[in-house]
Amino acid sequence: MPPQLKTLIPLFAIFIVLFLVGRHLVVPESFGEAGHYRFNSIVENAEKPLQYADKDACNECHEDYVMEMESDMHAGLSCETCHGPGFAHYEEPDSSRLLVPDQREFCGLCHQRNFNREKKLAQIDLKEHYPEKKCIECHNPHLPWDITE
Amino acid sequence: MGHNRVNQSRRNFIKAAAAAGGLLATGIVNPFNAVIFASEQPTDPTKPWWGYGIDIEKCIGCGRCANACKTENNVPREPFYFRTWVEQYTIKNDGTVQVESPNGGIDGFEQIVPDDEIFKSFFVPKMCNHCHKSPCVQACPVGATYDTPDGVVLVDESYCIGCRYCVQACPYGCRYIHPEKNVVDKCTLCYHRISKGKTTACVEVCPTHARILGDLNDKDGELVKFMKNHTCLVLKPHLNTGSKLYYNALSGEVR
Amino acid sequence: MEQHYQYLYDMLSQVQGYIFPNELDLQWGLLIVLYPYITGLVAGAFILASLERVFNVKVLKPTYQLALLTALAFLLVATMPLVTHLGHPWRAYEILSTPHSTSAMAIFGFVYLWYLMVVLLLEIWFDYRRDMVIWSKQEKGFKAKLYKILSLGVTDISPKTVRWDEKIGYFITVVGIPSAFLLHGYVGFIFGSVKANPWWSTVMMPVIFLFSAMVSGIALVLFIYMAVSYLRKQKIDMKALDTVAKYLFYILIIDFTLESLDQIHRIYEAEESFEILSLLVHGPLFLTFFIFQILLGTLVPLAALGTLQFYKPKEFTRRVIYLVSSLLVLFGIFFMRWNVVIGGQLFSKSFYGFTDYKIRIAGSEGLLWSMVWIILPFMILAFLLWLLPPWKKVQE
Repeated sequence: MPPQLKTLIPLFAIFIVLFLVGRHLVVPESFGEAGHYRFNSIVENAEKPLQYADKDACNECHEDYVMEMESDMHAGLSCETCHGPGFAHYEEPDSSRLLVPDQREFCGLCHQRNFNREKKLAQIDLKEHYPEKKCIECHNPHLPWDITE
Repeated sequence: MGHNRVNQSRRNFIKAAAAAGGLLATGIVNPFNAVIFASEQPTDPTKPWWGYGIDIEKCIGCGRCANACKTENNVPREPFYFRTWVEQYTIKNDGTVQVESPNGGIDGFEQIVPDDEIFKSFFVPKMCNHCHKSPCVQACPVGATYDTPDGVVLVDESYCIGCRYCVQACPYGCRYIHPEKNVVDKCTLCYHRISKGKTTACVEVCPTHARILGDLNDKDGELVKFMKNHTCLVLKPHLNTGSKLYYNALSGEVR
Repeated sequence: MEQHYQYLYDMLSQVQGYIFPNELDLQWGLLIVLYPYITGLVAGAFILASLERVFNVKVLKPTYQLALLTALAFLLVATMPLVTHLGHPWRAYEILSTPHSTSAMAIFGFVYLWYLMVVLLLEIWFDYRRDMVIWSKQEKGFKAKLYKILSLGVTDISPKTVRWDEKIGYFITVVGIPSAFLLHGYVGFIFGSVKANPWWSTVMMPVIFLFSAMVSGIALVLFIYMAVSYLRKQKIDMKALDTVAKYLFYILIIDFTLESLDQIHRIYEAEESFEILSLLVHGPLFLTFFIFQILLGTLVPLAALGTLQFYKPKEFTRRVIYLVSSLLVLFGIFFMRWNVVIGGQLFSKSFYGFTDYKIRIAGSEGLLWSMVWIILPFMILAFLLWLLPPWKKVQE
């Protein structure tokens, strides 16, 4: 064997062995258990904190409101659609209050007239429909057709 | 002798034809499944295999889904990071298509085109398609994004190197680089919720039930029923991504 | 952070039509333009060197070592733009420890290592071993020690062993040619395999990348040969220069033909994405595509070098033409990479609009880092030429 190869072959062998050892050391735990990824990552993703509870959670304490809602046009709406994320409130009711949106623009997100939702739900023009009043002054959002005036 | 040989070869031909016919027949049956299941059947039919349905006819463009998603998943509030967003399509009488999604629809939409110029108009919520043959998972060089056994495409934040190849590979624009974490971020189908038996934040807050989360293995489930009762399409089917996000009333202008 | 947001808000006003909201922030910037550019220079320079050795083109002898050292200088830097653009540069090792077999990008680490360790370093080592042994005796102090280390203790310079250098070196060159093709064809595949992007997704991409790599590498060696000769106040070997320029001309023709074929195919098939791509090249890419890449980077050098195939002016005129042509080609290929990388991200995958890209000065994707990665190879080359001067080698 030429003297060059006598030096080079062991050098490359050492390099490959070092590479394999290094690789063994840095591949994280649970990698490759179910595919080419770190299996524990699934658990980490599943353990992220919740922000929204859900309607069932609201129903545990506020059955009266939930029932009221179900009797009118807003039936089927989730409480958190308007009141915002409620998981913290669900865990510790006294620690945080939920949102009570009273801005006209908020109602307008659904009810501002728009060509392609016209046939689907009640539409008004925010600029023309009692522009000086808040929506909730006349409409009870839980019973939107129950108009107080 | 000669007669026999002809017979033999004819018999062979019939056999071959029958085999070919059989192949063709199964060929017709299998793609039918493919329409439902995006590609081959999931590995374990007793476990959930998550899919998603969106009924464009029901969407009113309130943007509550995009808003709730940002809250639930700590998505930066700046208007260039979205796990889900809503697009407003307006096709005018002259055939021009106008698409917009101001702040992903979170602040609502305004239709500036006068009614008499509108040919048709509709809202399209967009999000990760949780593709079964996802190009992003294929492209990730280190295995930091993956398809879970229950059919959700997730990101391993602590392993992603931030090369952005998956962002390039996603045909639907559903990935972004998280400006603080410097790793890719995307819809997890609220994996932390669905694995606790809750639905996703976007489905929870949708006021018109335009969004449906469901188990494709559950033949009596809401999603499979939705797919049965409507003509559903996926986005960019020619790319064969095996998308599991099914749209009812999807118009050809939507890409 | 605030700066980044401000940049993006500014971009928001530049958007034309509709883009998906996540597409505003263009993901691959100047650094990723440099990456295929630098790897292309490496592959091209190496292929030019191999021509001399494998096909025994004797006139190219004066450029052989220069081309090899140029290839090495640029290869050493080739991964740096990639690593600096990562969101987490310190996790880069994962691409070697857990390469994902389905990813077109994952094998880059191995292709790179193969090319660096097995091809370039070995070829240079075998080519210089005898000289390093001799120099380690002639020189004193640090430099002598360095040569000793670099020769790896193989100090046998008997004719028999030197013949082995020659033989194995030849073998490595033969392996090296497909490796160089692999290296850059593979870089093309990284883009060509992205089916989501119609500007990238073409089977021609690896071939186009390969030939444009050869063009840019040859132009670089042409330029460096002239520059080094000028700095050393040595007379240029006009025969070698003419031959290199001739190769540049022919490969430029092939490259231009392939790229034209790709575009003609695109225009003729006129698929779903055709309208947006047409708007792209006539709009945001007009300057860099038609003027920089095609006119200045291709047609002008083609005309200049083509004329010289029929008409031979005086040496000085030829040298000027070669100098200008090589610089124009280098300029043009840079913008070819730009048009692929940046162009492919300017249009929305909704095909309804465009985002914008402005080079930032600072930051990991900024101009400053890019300048570092383009200047550094020249400094490495200067060092290599000081350490392993081709002109001091033992002549056969």
